[in-house]
Amino acid sequence: MNIRAISIYIGYLLLVEGAFMFAALGVAAIYQERASLVAFLMTIGVLLFIGLLLTRLRRGPGRVYAREGFVTVALGWVLISFFGGLPFYISGYIPNLLDAWFESVSGFTTTGASILKDVEALSQSMLYWRSFTHWLGGMGVLVFMLAVVPLSKGSGETFHLLRAESPGPSVDKLAPTLRNSAQILYAIYIVLTIIQVLLLVLGGMPFFDSLLNTFATAGTGGFAIKNASIAAYPSPYLQLVIAVFMALFGVNFTVYHLILAGQGRAALKNGEVRLYIGIMLFSTLLIALNILPQYGSFSKAALLSFFQVSSIMTTTGFATADFNLWPQFSRYLLVVLMIFGACAGSTGGGAKQVRLLILLKSLKARMQMMLRPRAVNPVRMDGKQVKEDMISGVYAFMAAYAMICIVSFLLLSFDNKSMETTLSALAACFNNIGPGLDLVGPAGNYSVFSPLSKFVLSIDMLLGRLEIFPLLLLFSPSVWRRRA
Amino acid sequence: MKIVIVGDGKVGFTLTKQLSQEGHDVVVIDSNPNVLRTSQELLDVAVVEGNGAYVSVQLEANVQTSDLLIAATSGDEVNMLCCLLARKLGCKHTIARVREPAYDQQLRLLKEELGLSLSINPERAAAREIFRLLQFPPFLKRDSFARGRAELVELKLKENNPLIGKRLFELGDLKELNALICIVERYGEITIPSGNFKLLEGDKITIAADAAELARLLRHLNISTHKTQSVHIVGGGRIAEYLAAMLLKAHVRVTIIERDLVRAEALSLALEDALIINGDGTDQELLLSEGIKQTDALVTLTGIDEENLIVSMFGNYIGVPKTITKINRTEYYSVFANMGIDTVVSPKLLTSDEIVSYVRAMANTSGGSVTALCTIAEGKAEAIEFFINEDAPYLDIPLKALALKEEILVAAILRSRKVIIPKGNDSMQKGDTVVIVAPTGDAIFDMRDIFINENPKLGAAEKE
Repeated sequence: MNIRAISIYIGYLLLVEGAFMFAALGVAAIYQERASLVAFLMTIGVLLFIGLLLTRLRRGPGRVYAREGFVTVALGWVLISFFGGLPFYISGYIPNLLDAWFESVSGFTTTGASILKDVEALSQSMLYWRSFTHWLGGMGVLVFMLAVVPLSKGSGETFHLLRAESPGPSVDKLAPTLRNSAQILYAIYIVLTIIQVLLLVLGGMPFFDSLLNTFATAGTGGFAIKNASIAAYPSPYLQLVIAVFMALFGVNFTVYHLILAGQGRAALKNGEVRLYIGIMLFSTLLIALNILPQYGSFSKAALLSFFQVSSIMTTTGFATADFNLWPQFSRYLLVVLMIFGACAGSTGGGAKQVRLLILLKSLKARMQMMLRPRAVNPVRMDGKQVKEDMISGVYAFMAAYAMICIVSFLLLSFDNKSMETTLSALAACFNNIGPGLDLVGPAGNYSVFSPLSKFVLSIDMLLGRLEIFPLLLLFSPSVWRRRA
Repeated sequence: MKIVIVGDGKVGFTLTKQLSQEGHDVVVIDSNPNVLRTSQELLDVAVVEGNGAYVSVQLEANVQTSDLLIAATSGDEVNMLCCLLARKLGCKHTIARVREPAYDQQLRLLKEELGLSLSINPERAAAREIFRLLQFPPFLKRDSFARGRAELVELKLKENNPLIGKRLFELGDLKELNALICIVERYGEITIPSGNFKLLEGDKITIAADAAELARLLRHLNISTHKTQSVHIVGGGRIAEYLAAMLLKAHVRVTIIERDLVRAEALSLALEDALIINGDGTDQELLLSEGIKQTDALVTLTGIDEENLIVSMFGNYIGVPKTITKINRTEYYSVFANMGIDTVVSPKLLTSDEIVSYVRAMANTSGGSVTALCTIAEGKAEAIEFFINEDAPYLDIPLKALALKEEILVAAILRSRKVIIPKGNDSMQKGDTVVIVAPTGDAIFDMRDIFINENPKLGAAEKE
């Protein structure tokens, strides 16, 4: 284990976080929020101190292998979410350290589950930081670090970092060097973000609200800055803009890169995006018809339904209506949509549409093999064969996914909540959505849970964002053994 | 620069490593996903799986917008096809590896039609290197610069060498011979020595010298050398064929031992004056019966590194004056350097030197372009040749007044056919060809890279 190299990477990670916190400090200064100012100042001090200390380390002769990559990503995420929660704790807005950590994990993992009963009571700068963690966590802090800090110098070892942090069963480099790939990803991300802010401001939303809501949309996070979430902005235009952009941020970013490279046709043929859009439109229609009696007008039902489906599928978790009060079919369909979530390589969470696609295709191939045992039919996706190790990787992921669900479910059951609350809270946290059903529905929040459950849910959020294995490997003894 | 490399084999990987570490955007194409995975994990490059001679694969690797495509697959035909295709797609330069002697000869006819910027033949390059070493057997490595007029030669200080125990400033007479000790390698570490440096037995030194003075240099150093008159070659591959042809032309007796009968017959047809033996070159009895004890040099060129090593060690053991070993896996060099295997030739390193110097010359936009490059001291240092074709601030200033970066040395200057091994009072002039020695890793692309800061004059930084 190359502890020095890991420490250096984590040092840079903390420096990046500290640098971004300066913006929150600025907001606190503008709105003259004394308590928040002090809280941010102290946290920045700690981050920069530890960061500079760690990055001063000498690199040493060792190399970085896959396991160092996994450990860096897992430890890095635990640490940045811890330090990201400190301002809430120091300023006294969230007096309990575990709660502050939960809120911060929920931010960085782009979950959007909150323990706050009254969001509007937070200071402006705290709201800013809370929403900004979504933006940073969405595309990935390590990806940002790779884009900014020239770490690789021709060696491919930082590829292990990208692979451990990026969502999806495989990682595509968009450019020959990692730094360029990371820069392209962030460039697309930033441009989309700016467009959304402009569109929201044009629709009459105040600039500060537009910025924060865009952060939460871009990262597919879902922290609202109003107690009523997006329902606080009744304009159908604003709701539609947010709904469309949630859907856009849930698309694999390589598709945008293809479009920019002038290969729009290839982008349209992407099987995962087709499945994603298909499921989204079909579910929208089903729910719209299901809730039609409740709202009377089809256009209203359709908008509400599209917003909610987009919000849940991309694992954002915004709400324009309390879907907890919708008919049973709509409620449960939304929970089902949570499981597979958005596309791989997007900012969204869940098990990813591409895994669903591979699962369906390999099941189909299996069934054909039962009928014609000697027929050769490889699983194809986007014109290429899906290799056997990728398929078994998807099976292994789904198995681990199921097991974590079972263990978490049993741990959460100590709280004596209803099955609906427990299961939907688990699904909403593990898949990084935010609101669930019943007590944790859009109108409720996570303060009802005991400290144990909050801790379990926080770990679930991290497991979900890092796609299980990096964090799970942290607890595997062979990772820490001196000799591999 | 954007570079696409087709073929992720020995040469391909060496090139990928070197070029990506020099900061180029490299995409590697190969049909074997396993070697691609290794490349991607070890190096910061993109990979594309597939046949590099397919348009679809080349488009996926963005060949149409690349500056250079290097085809280094095992098939000559595939390489030529890759380059032809890349030119049609709009790639600016192409380099193909072409190894087959017959193709190599007819390439002159085809080079233009194929749009090749450069064709490389690792086997011929290796044969040439071996031939040059056999001309002066005491040297472990010879690299020529300035169109062959200056050389960097590597020498191991064995007992009785008059240099042992001397400090460099005591070697004034070496300067009269127009020679300069550039690099000393001791226990695997390299030093660019200063005047106070003391030479010890076992040191490996690299000397910059006038090519015409090599024989005198050896005499001066008290190293006995005799002309190589007979050479035994084990393994009759392409290198052996090229090498034997060169040796025969220089009236050296050649014996080649080849295991495969068909190949042996082909060799015997191609090389009329050589003695071709069909048999196992690792068989001691066969070697002894073919007179290996009396030969001047043994060259091991089979396709298997281990066999080459064993046979060369056996040659050393029975007292062959010079053994040369072909090694593909150079990573292990330091392990067997201690076992008497000191002269080693690696086709892949020769090839990558040639290509890297070409790429640096391409990347160099301002004056003073790279005209040759070779790695020395086991790849720990490199010698780079520049041609100065512009007015630059560092010209006409005595070397001792220039602020060169640490560990960088001006090893030789060629001015109108005359080799100058520079001393402190010499200076560089426009029109000179200059050889620079520097540790690897600095990636020197331009003459300006050798100075500490913009202003090349010593002490200039403090004045400002």
